Amino acid sequence: MTTSTSYVRDEFSPERPAPGQTGGLILWLRTNLFATPSDALLTILGMVFLFWAVPPLYNFIIGHAVMPGGTVEDCRVEGAGACWAYIYARFNFFIYGFYPIDQYWRPNIVFVMLAALIIPLAIPAAPFKRLNAALFFVVFPVVTFYLLNGGVFGLREVPTEQWGGLMVTLIISLVGIICSIPIGILLALGRQSDLPIIKTLSVMFIELWRAVPLITVLFMASIMLPLFMPTGTTVDKLLRALVGVTLFSSAYMAEVVRGGLQALPRGQYEAGASLGLSYWKRTYFIILPQALKHVIPGIVNNFIALFKDTSLVSIVGIFDLLNTVQSASSDIDWASPTQAVTGYVFAAFMFWIFCFAMSRYSLWMEHRLNTGHKR
Amino acid sequence: MSEVSPSTQEHTTAGMKISETDVAVEVVDMHKWYGDFHVLRDINLKVMRGERIVIAGPSGSGKSTLIRCMNRLEEHQEGHIIVNGTELTADLKRIDEVRREVGMVFQHFNLFPHLTILQNLTLAPIWVRGVPKGEAESMAMHYLERVKIPEQANKFPGQLSGGQQQRVAIARSLCMQPRIMLFDEPTSALDPEMVKEVLEVMISLAEEGMTMLCVTHEMGFARQVANRVIFMDQGQIIEQNEPEQFFSNPQHERTKLFLSQILH
Repeated sequence: MTTSTSYVRDEFSPERPAPGQTGGLILWLRTNLFATPSDALLTILGMVFLFWAVPPLYNFIIGHAVMPGGTVEDCRVEGAGACWAYIYARFNFFIYGFYPIDQYWRPNIVFVMLAALIIPLAIPAAPFKRLNAALFFVVFPVVTFYLLNGGVFGLREVPTEQWGGLMVTLIISLVGIICSIPIGILLALGRQSDLPIIKTLSVMFIELWRAVPLITVLFMASIMLPLFMPTGTTVDKLLRALVGVTLFSSAYMAEVVRGGLQALPRGQYEAGASLGLSYWKRTYFIILPQALKHVIPGIVNNFIALFKDTSLVSIVGIFDLLNTVQSASSDIDWASPTQAVTGYVFAAFMFWIFCFAMSRYSLWMEHRLNTGHKR
Repeated sequence: MSEVSPSTQEHTTAGMKISETDVAVEVVDMHKWYGDFHVLRDINLKVMRGERIVIAGPSGSGKSTLIRCMNRLEEHQEGHIIVNGTELTADLKRIDEVRREVGMVFQHFNLFPHLTILQNLTLAPIWVRGVPKGEAESMAMHYLERVKIPEQANKFPGQLSGGQQQRVAIARSLCMQPRIMLFDEPTSALDPEMVKEVLEVMISLAEEGMTMLCVTHEMGFARQVANRVIFMDQGQIIEQNEPEQFFSNPQHERTKLFLSQILH
C-alpha cells in the first residue's frame, strides 16, 4: 500500500448543526453531582446539611410563624416562629421613622416619583432619556427636599430628625451613589493627570478617605465638625452624614474607575488624540464609555457596599431602616421571644432585595453593552 | 513583501504632483530622549506638499517615534517641528490645530470598539469640526465606499477582519479631510491575505496627491508609490534617496546590510 502525500479536495464538506445533548437524568447526575468520589462525598454532605437546615428554617419563617393579623399572645406561645404580625404592626415605622403620620402622603409621593423616574431610566428602550435624566438628577432631588422637609407652600416643616426608616436608607444610598460616580470619575482622571498639583491632590484625597473607617468619618462629621464651626451655625445632621458617606464612597469609586482607565490600551487615547479631539471630548466619547463598561461589576460592588454601609449612620443617631428595626425591638407591646430576630430577618430581607436587584441589573447591563470587542 | 510589476509603476507615478514651494512638514535639528535614552538624534527633514515618503529601518531605529512626533503623540526635547506652518510646542491649542490637519493610521487600527463603524467615522467631524450629523454621515459613507466596505457601516469593529478594520481606520482619518497622512506600519499586524487590500487604498490615496509619510516594511509599495525613501538606524537618518537609487545603489554600509536582509 502506498500513502500519497498529495491531496486535493474536490468537494466542500457541508455545514452541519452541532450534535444535540444526549443522555438523561442518570447521566446528568453522574456528570454534575457524582463525577468523582470527592464530588459524591460533597454532594452527600450538602444533602445532609440541607435536611438539617431547611425544615427548621421553613418552620420559623412560614410553618410556625405568626402571620399579619395575629396577636402578640400568639407570638409568645412556646415554639412560635417569626412574629410577622409585629412587622406588620410596626411597618410604617420601619418605612417612615418618626415622620408625622398625617404627613405620610409626602414620602409616598416621593416613593412614587422615584419609581416613575428610575424604572424608565433603567430600561434602555424607554423614550425621552434626556428629559428623564434631567428630571431624575435635577428636578427630583429638589422636589424631594422641599416635599419632605416642608416649610414652603404651606407645608408643615418636618425636621430631618423625624425622618427615618427605609426612606432615610434610600435617601442616603441614592445621594451617595449618584454623587460618588461623578466625583469618583473626576478623582480617577485627576490621579492620571499630567499636572502634578491635580495629581497630588487627587491621590491625597483618595488615600485619606480610603485609610479611614466609615464609622470614624461619620463620628468626625457629627461630633467633631460642630466643635470647629463658629457658634450658632449648625449643619443638619443628616446632611453631614450624606457628605461623609458621599466623599467616602467617591474615594473607592475613584480607584475602581482608575482600574478601568488603566485597562484601556494606549492606542485608544492616541487614536482619539490623533483625530484632534480635545482631552475632555476624548475622555467623554472614547475613554469613559469603555473604561466604565469594563468596571461595571466593581462599580456595582461599591453601590452594594455603600447601600449596606448606610446602616452605620445609626451610630450617629440617624434612624435608618436598621436603626428603626433595632429600636422597635424593645417595644414592650410586642415583647416576645422572636421579636428581635424577626425584625433583623425583615431588615436583612429588605437589604437583600435592593442589593440583589442592583446585582442582577448590572449583570444584564454588562451583557447588553458587550459589543463583541473581546475577539 | 508584495512586488509590483513595472507596468503599473509607470501608470501610478503619473499625475502625482509635488509642490516646490509649499512645505508640509519641516523638522529642524530635532532631538528626543526617552529618559536617558537618546531615541532621535539630529533629525532634519523637509517634506513638500504632495510628497510620498517611506521611512524604513530596523526595529528600534526610531522611525515610528519620528512620525509620532509630527502630531505630538510624542514630544521632542530639542529642535523644531513645523507642520502645515504651525510649530509644535507644548501649547495644547496648537497641537489640536495640527492634529485636525494630520491623519494617522496605526499598526493596530485603534478603532473605537464601543462605536459602530459609522460612529467611528463621524465622531471627530461632528465634535471637532462641528459638521452637522447628517452631513458627517454622508461623508462617512462616501469614504467607506472609497475603501470598498460601505456595507459594514452599522457593524462594530470587532465584527470586521483585520484588513477591513484598517481600511475603516484609513477612512476615519480621511473624514477629517487631512492635508497630511501618517502611516505607522499599517500592514504589519495584518494576515498576509489582507495586506493587498490595504495597500491598494494607500496607493489610490497617493494617486490623488495626498502628502504621505509611511513607516512600512512593504518595499514593493515603496518602489511603486514613494518619491523618497528614508532609511533610519539608531535614531538617525542614515540615507535618503529616490526609491530607484535607494534600492539599486545604496551608499551606506548599514543600508546595504538592511536591504540584503529584507530583499531575498
